[in-house]
Amino acid sequence: MKRVYVNEEWCLGCHLCEIQCAFANSGEADMVKAFNNSEQKPLARITVEDGENDIHFAVSCRHCETPYCVKGCITGALTVNENGIVQIDDTRCVGCRTCILMCPYGCLTVGHNKTLLKCELCVENLGGEPSCVRRCPNNAIVFEDRDGGLL
Amino acid sequence: MKKFKYIIIGNSAGAIGGVQGIRKVDQASEILIITSEPWETYSRPLISYWLQGKVKREKMHYRDPSFYKENNCRIRYNTSVEKINPQDQTMALADGEIIGYEKLLVATGSIPFVPPIKGLPKNLKESKSIFTFTTLADAIGVKKGLTNDARVVILGAGLIGLKAAEAMVNQCQSVTVVDLADRVLPSVLEDKSSDIVKKHLETQAVDFMLETSITEIRDKEVLLSNGKSLPYEILILAVGTKPQCTLIQEARGDIGRGIVTDHHQETTLKNIYAAGDCTQSLDISSETQKNLAILPNAFLQGEVAGMNMAGEEAVYDQAFPLNSVGFMGLYILSAGTYDGVAYETQTPEQYKKIFIKDNVLKGYIIIGDCMRGGIYTDLIREQTDLSTIDLKMLITSPQIMAFNQSSRKEKLAQSH
Repeated sequence: MKRVYVNEEWCLGCHLCEIQCAFANSGEADMVKAFNNSEQKPLARITVEDGENDIHFAVSCRHCETPYCVKGCITGALTVNENGIVQIDDTRCVGCRTCILMCPYGCLTVGHNKTLLKCELCVENLGGEPSCVRRCPNNAIVFEDRDGGLL
Repeated sequence: MKKFKYIIIGNSAGAIGGVQGIRKVDQASEILIITSEPWETYSRPLISYWLQGKVKREKMHYRDPSFYKENNCRIRYNTSVEKINPQDQTMALADGEIIGYEKLLVATGSIPFVPPIKGLPKNLKESKSIFTFTTLADAIGVKKGLTNDARVVILGAGLIGLKAAEAMVNQCQSVTVVDLADRVLPSVLEDKSSDIVKKHLETQAVDFMLETSITEIRDKEVLLSNGKSLPYEILILAVGTKPQCTLIQEARGDIGRGIVTDHHQETTLKNIYAAGDCTQSLDISSETQKNLAILPNAFLQGEVAGMNMAGEEAVYDQAFPLNSVGFMGLYILSAGTYDGVAYETQTPEQYKKIFIKDNVLKGYIIIGDCMRGGIYTDLIREQTDLSTIDLKMLITSPQIMAFNQSSRKEKLAQSH
Protein backbone atom coordinates (compact mmCIF):
# COMPACT_ATOMS: atom_id res chain seq x y z
CA MET A 1 0.00 0.00 0.00
CA LYS A 2 1.03 3.63 -0.36
CA ARG A 3 2.49 5.06 2.82
CA VAL A 4 4.24 8.23 3.92
CA TYR A 5 8.03 7.87 3.79
CA VAL A 6 10.64 10.29 4.93
CA ASN A 7 14.09 11.13 3.61
CA GLU A 8 16.04 12.79 6.39
CA GLU A 9 18.79 13.97 4.02
CA TRP A 10 16.26 16.20 2.32
CA CYS A 11 14.38 17.42 5.37
CA LEU A 12 15.05 21.10 6.03
CA GLY A 13 13.51 21.06 9.48
CA CYS A 14 11.03 23.77 8.49
CA HIS A 15 8.13 22.10 10.34
CA LEU A 16 5.73 23.12 7.57
CA CYS A 17 4.38 19.56 7.50
CA GLU A 18 3.22 19.97 11.08
CA ILE A 19 1.40 23.17 10.21
CA GLN A 20 -0.15 21.68 7.08
CA CYS A 21 -1.19 18.53 8.95
CA ALA A 22 -2.85 20.53 11.70
CA PHE A 23 -4.58 22.72 9.13
CA ALA A 24 -5.77 19.79 7.01
CA ASN A 25 -7.29 18.19 10.11
CA SER A 26 -8.77 21.41 11.50
CA GLY A 27 -11.97 21.23 9.51
CA GLU A 28 -11.43 24.84 8.42
CA ALA A 29 -11.09 25.82 4.76
CA ASP A 30 -9.11 28.92 5.58
CA MET A 31 -5.71 28.70 7.24
CA VAL A 32 -6.01 32.04 8.97
CA LYS A 33 -9.32 30.98 10.46
CA ALA A 34 -7.89 27.62 11.49
CA PHE A 35 -5.02 29.12 13.46
CA ASN A 36 -6.36 32.52 14.40
CA ASN A 37 -10.02 32.15 15.09
CA SER A 38 -10.17 28.92 16.93
CA GLU A 39 -9.90 28.88 20.69
CA GLN A 40 -7.83 25.78 20.51
CA LYS A 41 -5.01 25.65 18.04
CA PRO A 42 -5.33 22.75 15.60
CA LEU A 43 -2.96 19.89 16.43
CA ALA A 44 -0.60 18.06 14.08
CA ARG A 45 -0.47 14.28 13.69
CA ILE A 46 3.09 14.50 12.38
CA THR A 47 6.12 15.46 14.47
CA VAL A 48 9.46 16.78 13.23
CA GLU A 49 12.47 15.71 15.26
CA ASP A 50 15.43 18.10 15.20
CA GLY A 51 18.87 16.78 16.07
CA GLU A 52 22.46 17.88 16.07
CA ASN A 53 24.38 18.48 12.80
CA ASP A 54 21.26 19.78 11.11
CA ILE A 55 19.52 16.39 11.08
CA HIS A 56 15.74 16.64 10.84
CA PHE A 57 12.96 14.26 9.93
CA ALA A 58 9.23 13.99 10.27
CA VAL A 59 7.54 11.05 12.01
CA SER A 60 3.93 10.06 11.44
CA CYS A 61 1.93 6.83 11.62
CA ARG A 62 3.64 4.05 9.68
CA HIS A 63 0.35 2.20 9.11
CA CYS A 64 2.23 -0.93 10.18
CA GLU A 65 1.55 -4.43 8.93
CA THR A 66 1.43 -5.38 12.62
CA PRO A 67 -0.34 -2.41 14.18
CA TYR A 68 0.28 -2.85 17.91
CA CYS A 69 -1.88 0.19 18.62
CA VAL A 70 -4.89 -1.53 17.04
CA LYS A 71 -4.21 -4.87 18.70
CA GLY A 72 -3.78 -3.26 22.10
CA CYS A 73 -6.69 -0.81 21.89
CA ILE A 74 -8.97 -1.55 24.82
CA THR A 75 -12.16 -0.21 23.25
CA GLY A 76 -11.89 -1.14 19.58
CA ALA A 77 -11.64 2.54 18.60
CA LEU A 78 -8.56 1.82 16.48
CA THR A 79 -9.16 -0.23 13.37
CA VAL A 80 -7.49 -1.04 10.06
CA ASN A 81 -9.71 -0.11 7.13
CA GLU A 82 -10.04 -2.08 3.89
CA ASN A 83 -7.12 -0.13 2.40
CA GLY A 84 -4.76 -0.90 5.26
CA ILE A 85 -5.09 2.56 6.83
CA VAL A 86 -5.09 2.62 10.62
CA GLN A 87 -7.95 4.83 11.73
CA ILE A 88 -9.35 5.99 15.05
CA ASP A 89 -13.01 6.48 15.92
CA ASP A 90 -13.01 9.35 18.39
CA THR A 91 -16.52 8.47 19.56
CA ARG A 92 -15.14 5.22 20.95
CA CYS A 93 -11.74 6.43 22.20
CA VAL A 94 -11.67 7.00 25.97
CA GLY A 95 -8.18 8.49 26.03
CA CYS A 96 -6.61 5.62 28.00
CA ARG A 97 -3.34 5.97 26.03
CA THR A 98 -2.73 2.26 25.60
CA CYS A 99 -1.96 3.10 21.94
CA ILE A 100 0.79 5.47 23.10
CA LEU A 101 2.15 2.59 25.17
CA MET A 102 2.03 0.25 22.16
CA CYS A 103 3.25 2.41 19.23
CA PRO A 104 6.94 1.78 18.39
CA TYR A 105 7.27 5.16 16.64
CA GLY A 106 5.52 7.53 19.02
CA CYS A 107 2.88 8.54 16.50
CA LEU A 108 -0.18 9.25 18.63
CA THR A 109 -1.09 12.62 20.05
CA VAL A 110 -3.63 13.58 22.68
CA GLY A 111 -6.32 15.87 21.25
CA HIS A 112 -8.01 18.81 22.92
CA ASN A 113 -10.96 16.64 23.93
CA LYS A 114 -8.54 14.02 25.37
CA THR A 115 -9.20 11.47 22.65
CA LEU A 116 -6.20 10.39 20.62
CA LEU A 117 -5.23 11.77 17.23
CA LYS A 118 -3.26 10.04 14.53
CA CYS A 119 -2.40 10.31 10.84
CA GLU A 120 -5.10 8.78 8.65
CA LEU A 121 -3.28 9.70 5.43
CA CYS A 122 -5.75 12.55 4.98
CA VAL A 123 -8.50 10.15 3.86
CA GLU A 124 -10.96 11.68 6.32
CA ASN A 125 -10.33 15.27 5.27
CA LEU A 126 -8.93 16.30 1.90
CA GLY A 127 -8.47 12.90 0.36
CA GLY A 128 -5.87 12.11 -2.23
CA GLU A 129 -2.27 12.83 -1.35
CA PRO A 130 -1.60 13.55 2.31
CA SER A 131 -1.18 17.23 3.07
CA CYS A 132 2.28 16.86 4.64
CA VAL A 133 3.50 15.26 1.41
CA ARG A 134 1.84 17.77 -0.90
CA ARG A 135 3.17 20.77 0.97
CA CYS A 136 6.71 19.60 1.76
CA PRO A 137 8.92 22.19 -0.02
CA ASN A 138 11.83 19.80 -0.57
CA ASN A 139 10.14 16.44 -1.29
CA ALA A 140 11.52 15.06 1.96
CA ILE A 141 8.15 13.43 2.61
CA VAL A 142 6.75 11.22 -0.13
CA PHE A 143 3.68 9.03 -0.57
CA GLU A 144 4.77 5.78 -2.21
CA ASP A 145 4.27 2.05 -2.30
CA ARG A 146 7.48 0.52 -0.96
CA ASP A 147 6.05 -2.83 0.12
CA GLY A 148 8.55 -4.65 -2.07
CA GLY A 149 11.44 -3.13 -0.11
CA LEU A 150 13.48 0.06 -0.06
CA LEU A 151 13.67 1.65 -3.49
CA MET B 1 -24.10 -34.38 18.14
CA LYS B 2 -23.32 -31.04 16.58
CA LYS B 3 -19.76 -30.59 15.49
CA PHE B 4 -17.90 -27.37 14.76
CA LYS B 5 -14.58 -26.77 13.10
CA TYR B 6 -13.84 -23.97 15.57
CA ILE B 7 -15.19 -23.39 19.04
CA ILE B 8 -14.12 -20.52 21.27
CA ILE B 9 -14.97 -20.46 24.97
CA GLY B 10 -15.08 -16.83 26.06
CA ASN B 11 -16.15 -13.62 24.36
CA SER B 12 -13.62 -10.99 25.37
CA ALA B 13 -10.25 -9.81 24.00
CA GLY B 14 -8.63 -13.26 23.72
CA ALA B 15 -11.71 -14.73 22.04
CA ILE B 16 -12.13 -11.83 19.61
CA GLY B 17 -8.42 -12.06 18.79
CA GLY B 18 -9.10 -15.74 18.09
CA VAL B 19 -11.87 -14.93 15.63
CA GLN B 20 -9.70 -12.36 13.84
CA GLY B 21 -6.77 -14.78 13.74
CA ILE B 22 -8.90 -17.58 12.26
CA ARG B 23 -10.33 -15.20 9.67
CA LYS B 24 -6.87 -14.20 8.47
CA VAL B 25 -6.54 -17.76 7.22
CA ASP B 26 -10.01 -19.30 6.90
CA GLN B 27 -12.79 -16.97 5.81
CA ALA B 28 -15.43 -19.66 5.45
CA SER B 29 -15.86 -22.11 8.32
CA GLU B 30 -18.33 -21.20 11.02
CA ILE B 31 -17.02 -20.31 14.48
CA LEU B 32 -19.04 -21.10 17.59
CA ILE B 33 -18.50 -18.72 20.51
CA ILE B 34 -19.70 -19.84 23.92
CA THR B 35 -20.03 -17.22 26.64
CA SER B 36 -21.42 -17.43 30.14
CA GLU B 37 -22.43 -13.77 29.91
CA PRO B 38 -25.60 -12.41 28.28
CA TRP B 39 -23.86 -9.64 26.29
CA GLU B 40 -22.18 -9.11 22.98
CA THR B 41 -18.43 -8.59 23.37
CA TYR B 42 -17.67 -5.56 25.49
CA SER B 43 -14.51 -3.93 26.74
CA ARG B 44 -14.02 -5.00 30.34
CA PRO B 45 -11.79 -2.05 31.25
CA LEU B 46 -14.68 0.21 30.28
CA ILE B 47 -16.87 -0.90 33.19
CA SER B 48 -15.29 1.77 35.39
CA TYR B 49 -15.78 4.41 32.67
CA TRP B 50 -19.44 3.39 32.40
CA LEU B 51 -19.90 3.50 36.17
CA GLN B 52 -18.34 6.95 36.16
CA GLY B 53 -20.77 8.06 33.46
CA LYS B 54 -18.03 8.76 30.91
CA VAL B 55 -19.04 6.04 28.45
CA LYS B 56 -22.54 5.05 27.40
CA ARG B 57 -23.55 1.41 27.42
CA GLU B 58 -23.79 1.27 23.62
CA LYS B 59 -20.19 2.51 23.34
CA MET B 60 -18.85 -0.28 25.51
CA HIS B 61 -18.85 -2.80 22.70
CA TYR B 62 -15.35 -4.08 21.96
CA ARG B 63 -16.31 -4.76 18.34
CA ASP B 64 -19.14 -3.42 16.21
CA PRO B 65 -22.42 -5.32 16.67
CA SER B 66 -22.06 -6.52 13.05
CA PHE B 67 -18.80 -8.29 13.97
CA TYR B 68 -20.33 -11.73 14.57
CA LYS B 69 -22.31 -11.74 11.37
CA GLU B 70 -19.44 -10.42 9.29
CA ASN B 71 -17.17 -13.09 10.68
CA ASN B 72 -19.68 -15.93 10.42
CA CYS B 73 -19.77 -16.51 14.17
CA ARG B 74 -22.60 -18.26 15.92
CA ILE B 75 -22.82 -17.24 19.55
CA ARG B 76 -24.39 -18.92 22.55
CA TYR B 77 -24.99 -16.57 25.44
CA ASN B 78 -25.55 -17.53 29.10
CA THR B 79 -23.89 -20.86 28.45
CA SER B 80 -21.29 -22.51 30.63
CA VAL B 81 -19.04 -25.35 29.59
CA GLU B 82 -18.96 -28.14 32.18
CA LYS B 83 -16.26 -30.38 30.85
CA ILE B 84 -13.88 -30.82 27.94
CA ASN B 85 -13.07 -34.32 26.68
CA PRO B 86 -9.87 -33.94 24.67
CA GLN B 87 -9.81 -37.64 23.69
CA ASP B 88 -12.96 -37.49 21.58
CA GLN B 89 -12.76 -33.71 21.01
CA THR B 90 -16.09 -32.95 22.60
CA MET B 91 -17.38 -30.79 25.39
CA ALA B 92 -20.36 -30.96 27.69
CA LEU B 93 -22.40 -27.82 28.23
CA ALA B 94 -24.14 -27.02 31.49
CA ASP B 95 -27.52 -27.95 29.99
CA GLY B 96 -26.22 -31.41 29.19
CA GLU B 97 -25.68 -30.95 25.46
CA ILE B 98 -22.55 -32.49 24.00
CA ILE B 99 -20.86 -30.74 21.09
CA GLY B 100 -17.75 -31.60 19.12
CA TYR B 101 -14.86 -29.45 17.96
CA GLU B 102 -11.95 -29.80 15.61
CA LYS B 103 -10.03 -26.88 17.13
CA LEU B 104 -10.87 -25.30 20.45
CA LEU B 105 -9.76 -21.97 21.91
CA VAL B 106 -10.09 -21.54 25.66
CA ALA B 107 -10.27 -17.82 26.42
CA THR B 108 -11.99 -18.03 29.77
CA GLY B 109 -10.19 -15.07 31.31
CA SER B 110 -9.68 -14.55 34.99
CA ILE B 111 -11.98 -14.41 37.97
CA PRO B 112 -11.68 -12.21 41.03
CA PHE B 113 -9.70 -13.66 43.88
CA VAL B 114 -11.89 -13.30 46.95
CA PRO B 115 -9.92 -13.80 50.16
CA PRO B 116 -11.52 -15.79 52.95
CA ILE B 117 -12.70 -13.09 55.34
CA LYS B 118 -14.89 -13.73 58.34
CA GLY B 119 -18.48 -12.72 57.60
CA LEU B 120 -18.17 -12.92 53.83
CA PRO B 121 -21.60 -13.80 52.38
CA LYS B 122 -21.82 -17.24 50.82
CA ASN B 123 -23.26 -16.04 47.54
CA LEU B 124 -21.59 -12.75 46.61
CA LYS B 125 -23.59 -12.52 43.39
CA GLU B 126 -26.79 -12.01 45.39
CA SER B 127 -25.38 -9.31 47.64
CA LYS B 128 -26.70 -5.78 47.19
CA SER B 129 -23.76 -4.17 48.97
CA ILE B 130 -20.66 -6.34 48.46
CA PHE B 131 -19.18 -6.72 45.00
CA THR B 132 -16.21 -7.75 42.96
CA PHE B 133 -15.46 -5.47 40.01
CA THR B 134 -14.45 -7.23 36.81
CA THR B 135 -17.62 -7.66 34.76
CA LEU B 136 -20.45 -5.52 33.46
CA ALA B 137 -22.82 -7.39 35.77
CA ASP B 138 -20.62 -6.30 38.72
CA ALA B 139 -20.71 -2.68 37.57
CA ILE B 140 -24.50 -2.76 37.12
CA GLY B 141 -24.84 -4.08 40.67
CA VAL B 142 -22.59 -1.37 42.08
CA LYS B 143 -24.44 1.35 40.19
CA LYS B 144 -27.75 0.28 41.72
CA GLY B 145 -26.39 0.82 45.21
CA LEU B 146 -24.43 3.98 44.47
CA THR B 147 -26.09 7.02 46.03
CA ASN B 148 -24.74 10.46 46.94
CA ASP B 149 -24.57 9.54 50.60
CA ALA B 150 -23.07 6.09 50.09
CA ARG B 151 -19.85 5.33 51.88
CA VAL B 152 -17.65 3.13 49.70
CA VAL B 153 -14.91 0.86 50.99
CA ILE B 154 -12.59 -0.78 48.47
CA LEU B 155 -10.34 -3.65 49.48
CA GLY B 156 -7.34 -3.57 47.15
CA ALA B 157 -5.27 -0.64 45.85
CA GLY B 158 -4.44 -2.33 42.54
CA LEU B 159 -5.61 -1.24 39.09
CA ILE B 160 -9.14 -2.58 39.56
CA GLY B 161 -9.58 -1.06 43.01
CA LEU B 162 -8.26 2.35 42.01
CA LYS B 163 -10.29 2.51 38.78
CA ALA B 164 -13.36 1.70 40.87
CA ALA B 165 -12.38 4.47 43.30
CA GLU B 166 -11.97 6.96 40.46
CA ALA B 167 -15.36 6.00 39.02
CA MET B 168 -17.22 6.49 42.28
CA VAL B 169 -15.48 9.24 44.23
CA ASN B 170 -17.54 12.05 42.74
CA GLN B 171 -20.82 10.18 43.06
CA CYS B 172 -20.83 9.22 46.72
CA GLN B 173 -20.04 10.49 50.19
CA SER B 174 -16.63 8.87 50.65
CA VAL B 175 -14.24 6.34 49.17
CA THR B 176 -11.71 4.56 51.37
CA VAL B 177 -9.21 2.16 49.84
CA VAL B 178 -7.79 -0.49 52.17
CA ASP B 179 -4.74 -2.55 51.23
CA LEU B 180 -2.31 -4.75 53.08
CA ALA B 181 0.58 -3.41 50.96
CA ASP B 182 2.44 -0.27 52.01
CA ARG B 183 1.78 1.48 48.69
CA VAL B 184 -0.81 1.81 45.95
CA LEU B 185 -0.53 -0.18 42.70
CA PRO B 186 2.02 -2.45 44.39
CA SER B 187 2.35 -4.77 41.40
CA VAL B 188 2.76 -1.92 38.87
CA LEU B 189 4.77 0.80 40.60
CA GLU B 190 7.66 1.28 43.01
CA ASP B 191 7.82 3.40 46.14
CA LYS B 192 8.29 6.87 44.66
CA SER B 193 6.00 6.51 41.65
CA SER B 194 3.38 4.91 43.84
CA ASP B 195 3.55 7.82 46.23
CA ILE B 196 2.92 10.31 43.40
CA VAL B 197 -0.23 8.45 42.40
CA LYS B 198 -1.43 8.12 45.99
CA LYS B 199 -0.96 11.83 46.67
CA HIS B 200 -2.81 12.71 43.48
CA LEU B 201 -5.75 10.50 44.40
CA GLU B 202 -5.80 11.94 47.92
CA THR B 203 -6.17 15.44 46.50
CA GLN B 204 -9.20 14.07 44.64
CA ALA B 205 -10.75 12.94 47.94
CA VAL B 206 -9.85 9.25 47.84
CA ASP B 207 -8.78 8.08 51.32
CA PHE B 208 -6.27 5.32 51.89
CA MET B 209 -5.65 2.91 54.74
CA LEU B 210 -2.51 1.04 53.76
CA GLU B 211 -0.75 -1.77 55.62
CA THR B 212 -4.24 -2.64 56.79
CA SER B 213 -6.52 -5.58 56.13
CA ILE B 214 -10.19 -6.29 56.66
CA THR B 215 -10.58 -8.87 59.41
CA GLU B 216 -14.34 -9.16 59.43
CA ILE B 217 -17.22 -8.11 57.22
CA ARG B 218 -20.40 -7.17 59.05
CA ASP B 219 -23.66 -5.78 57.80
CA LYS B 220 -22.77 -2.15 56.83
CA GLU B 221 -19.39 -2.24 58.59
CA VAL B 222 -15.95 -3.80 58.19
CA LEU B 223 -13.50 -4.42 61.01
CA LEU B 224 -9.86 -3.66 60.29
CA SER B 225 -6.57 -5.20 61.40
CA ASN B 226 -5.66 -1.94 63.16
CA GLY B 227 -8.61 -2.31 65.51
CA LYS B 228 -10.69 0.35 63.79
CA SER B 229 -13.84 -0.14 61.78
CA LEU B 230 -15.27 1.46 58.64
CA PRO B 231 -18.95 1.84 57.83
CA TYR B 232 -19.96 1.06 54.28
CA GLU B 233 -22.95 0.97 52.00
CA ILE B 234 -20.83 -0.44 49.16
CA LEU B 235 -17.87 -2.77 49.67
CA ILE B 236 -15.73 -3.67 46.66
CA LEU B 237 -13.41 -6.66 46.90
CA ALA B 238 -10.57 -6.02 44.45
CA VAL B 239 -7.68 -7.97 45.92
CA GLY B 240 -6.67 -9.50 42.62
CA THR B 241 -7.67 -11.96 39.95
CA LYS B 242 -6.80 -15.56 39.25
CA PRO B 243 -6.71 -17.34 35.90
CA GLN B 244 -9.77 -19.42 35.14
CA CYS B 245 -8.14 -22.71 34.20
CA THR B 246 -10.55 -25.29 35.66
CA LEU B 247 -11.69 -26.75 32.32
CA ILE B 248 -8.13 -27.44 31.18
CA GLN B 249 -7.03 -28.61 34.61
CA GLU B 250 -9.88 -31.15 34.77
CA ALA B 251 -9.04 -32.29 31.25
CA ARG B 252 -5.50 -32.89 32.58
CA GLY B 253 -3.78 -30.14 30.67
CA ASP B 254 -0.71 -28.56 32.26
CA ILE B 255 -1.29 -25.59 34.55
CA GLY B 256 1.42 -23.29 35.87
CA ARG B 257 0.65 -19.69 36.64
CA GLY B 258 -2.22 -20.16 34.25
CA ILE B 259 -2.86 -22.56 31.39
CA VAL B 260 0.48 -23.65 29.93
CA THR B 261 0.82 -23.16 26.17
CA ASP B 262 3.59 -23.32 23.61
CA HIS B 263 4.55 -20.42 21.31
CA HIS B 264 1.61 -21.33 19.07
CA GLN B 265 -0.74 -20.87 22.05
CA GLU B 266 -1.53 -24.59 21.96
CA THR B 267 -2.04 -26.16 25.37
CA THR B 268 -0.53 -29.51 26.30
CA LEU B 269 -3.81 -31.00 25.03
CA LYS B 270 -3.83 -31.55 21.27
CA ASN B 271 -6.10 -29.23 19.26
CA ILE B 272 -6.87 -27.11 22.32
CA TYR B 273 -5.46 -23.59 22.39
CA ALA B 274 -5.63 -20.95 25.09
CA ALA B 275 -5.27 -17.16 25.14
CA GLY B 276 -5.62 -14.24 27.49
CA ASP B 277 -5.91 -13.88 31.24
CA CYS B 278 -6.36 -17.64 31.76
CA THR B 279 -2.88 -18.44 30.44
CA GLN B 280 0.70 -18.43 31.62
CA SER B 281 3.07 -16.29 29.56
CA LEU B 282 6.84 -16.13 29.38
CA ASP B 283 7.71 -12.55 30.32
CA ILE B 284 10.66 -11.77 28.03
CA SER B 285 11.75 -8.84 30.21
CA SER B 286 12.35 -11.01 33.28
CA GLU B 287 12.54 -14.44 31.62
CA THR B 288 10.03 -15.80 34.10
CA GLN B 289 6.63 -17.42 33.70
CA LYS B 290 3.79 -15.11 34.68
CA ASN B 291 0.06 -14.68 34.50
CA LEU B 292 -0.13 -11.45 32.48
CA ALA B 293 -3.76 -10.44 32.80
CA ILE B 294 -3.64 -7.50 30.41
CA LEU B 295 -5.80 -6.79 27.40
CA PRO B 296 -3.15 -6.33 24.66
CA ASN B 297 -1.58 -9.63 25.64
CA ALA B 298 -4.96 -11.36 25.44
CA PHE B 299 -5.72 -10.07 21.96
CA LEU B 300 -2.24 -10.85 20.61
CA GLN B 301 -2.33 -14.39 22.01
CA GLY B 302 -5.84 -14.95 20.71
CA GLU B 303 -4.87 -13.84 17.22
CA VAL B 304 -1.86 -16.17 17.13
CA ALA B 305 -3.98 -19.03 18.50
CA GLY B 306 -6.61 -18.43 15.82
CA MET B 307 -4.10 -18.42 12.98
CA ASN B 308 -2.60 -21.70 14.17
CA MET B 309 -6.05 -23.22 14.63
CA ALA B 310 -6.79 -22.38 11.01
CA GLY B 311 -3.58 -24.00 9.84
CA GLU B 312 -1.13 -21.14 9.43
CA GLU B 313 1.89 -21.19 11.68
CA ALA B 314 2.16 -18.10 13.85
CA VAL B 315 4.23 -17.49 16.96
CA TYR B 316 3.71 -15.30 19.99
CA ASP B 317 6.90 -14.90 21.98
CA GLN B 318 6.95 -11.24 22.97
CA ALA B 319 4.90 -11.11 26.14
CA PHE B 320 5.80 -8.75 28.96
CA PRO B 321 3.91 -6.63 31.48
CA LEU B 322 2.31 -3.51 29.98
CA ASN B 323 0.03 -0.98 31.59
CA SER B 324 -1.48 2.31 30.60
CA VAL B 325 -3.86 3.77 33.08
CA GLY B 326 -5.13 7.19 34.08
CA PHE B 327 -6.64 8.38 37.35
CA MET B 328 -8.43 11.69 37.23
CA GLY B 329 -6.09 13.34 34.77
CA LEU B 330 -2.87 11.68 35.91
CA TYR B 331 -1.58 9.13 33.42
CA ILE B 332 0.76 6.23 34.02
CA LEU B 333 2.62 4.11 31.51
CA SER B 334 4.63 1.15 32.66
CA ALA B 335 6.24 -1.80 30.95
CA GLY B 336 8.64 -4.65 31.53
CA THR B 337 10.62 -5.46 34.62
CA TYR B 338 12.19 -3.05 37.08
CA ASP B 339 15.63 -4.63 37.08
CA GLY B 340 19.07 -3.25 36.29
CA VAL B 341 20.56 0.23 36.42
CA ALA B 342 17.85 2.81 37.04
CA TYR B 343 17.75 6.26 35.45
CA GLU B 344 15.29 8.45 37.25
CA THR B 345 14.17 11.96 36.31
CA GLN B 346 11.50 14.22 37.69
CA THR B 347 10.06 17.50 36.40
CA PRO B 348 6.78 19.20 37.31
CA GLU B 349 5.20 17.54 34.24
CA GLN B 350 6.69 14.10 34.47
CA TYR B 351 8.22 11.41 36.63
CA LYS B 352 10.24 8.81 34.75
CA LYS B 353 12.34 5.80 35.64
CA ILE B 354 14.07 3.60 33.10
CA PHE B 355 15.78 0.29 33.82
CA ILE B 356 18.70 -0.96 31.74
CA LYS B 357 20.46 -4.28 32.20
CA ASP B 358 23.01 -6.02 29.99
CA ASN B 359 22.61 -3.20 27.46
CA VAL B 360 18.90 -3.89 27.03
CA LEU B 361 15.98 -1.74 28.17
CA LYS B 362 14.17 -3.93 30.70
CA GLY B 363 11.42 -1.71 31.96
CA TYR B 364 10.13 1.79 32.56
CA ILE B 365 7.62 3.84 34.48
CA ILE B 366 6.32 7.20 33.24
CA ILE B 367 3.85 9.30 35.18
CA GLY B 368 2.44 12.48 33.71
CA ASP B 369 3.54 13.44 30.20
CA CYS B 370 3.71 10.05 28.52
CA MET B 371 3.98 11.13 24.89
CA ARG B 372 5.82 8.67 22.65
CA GLY B 373 6.40 6.22 25.50
CA GLY B 374 5.83 3.33 23.08
CA ILE B 375 9.31 3.94 21.66
CA TYR B 376 10.61 2.61 24.99
CA THR B 377 8.10 -0.25 24.90
CA ASP B 378 9.41 -1.34 21.52
CA LEU B 379 12.98 -1.50 22.83
CA ILE B 380 11.75 -3.96 25.47
CA ARG B 381 9.66 -5.88 22.93
CA GLU B 382 12.55 -6.24 20.48
CA GLN B 383 15.20 -6.57 23.22
CA THR B 384 17.19 -4.05 21.19
CA ASP B 385 20.92 -3.86 21.82
CA LEU B 386 21.38 -0.34 23.17
CA SER B 387 25.04 -0.09 22.14
CA THR B 388 24.02 1.47 18.80
CA ILE B 389 21.66 3.94 20.47
CA ASP B 390 22.41 7.36 21.92
CA LEU B 391 21.59 6.56 25.51
CA LYS B 392 21.67 10.11 26.78
CA MET B 393 19.16 11.17 24.16
CA LEU B 394 17.00 8.14 24.82
CA ILE B 395 16.88 8.76 28.55
CA THR B 396 16.02 12.42 27.99
CA SER B 397 12.92 11.52 26.00
CA PRO B 398 11.68 8.72 23.77
CA GLN B 399 12.70 9.74 20.24
CA ILE B 400 13.64 8.21 16.92
CA MET B 401 16.67 10.55 16.79
CA ALA B 402 18.35 8.40 19.43
CA PHE B 403 18.72 5.57 16.90
CA ASN B 404 21.58 5.50 14.38
CA GLN B 405 20.97 6.55 10.81
CA SER B 406 20.44 3.09 9.36
CA SER B 407 17.88 2.23 12.05
CA ARG B 408 16.13 5.53 11.42
CA LYS B 409 15.91 4.74 7.71
CA GLU B 410 14.57 1.29 8.49
CA LYS B 411 11.87 2.85 10.62
CA LEU B 412 10.90 5.78 8.43
CA ALA B 413 11.83 4.91 4.87
CA GLN B 414 10.77 1.25 4.69
CA SER B 415 7.45 -0.48 4.96
CA HIS B 416 6.94 -2.75 7.94
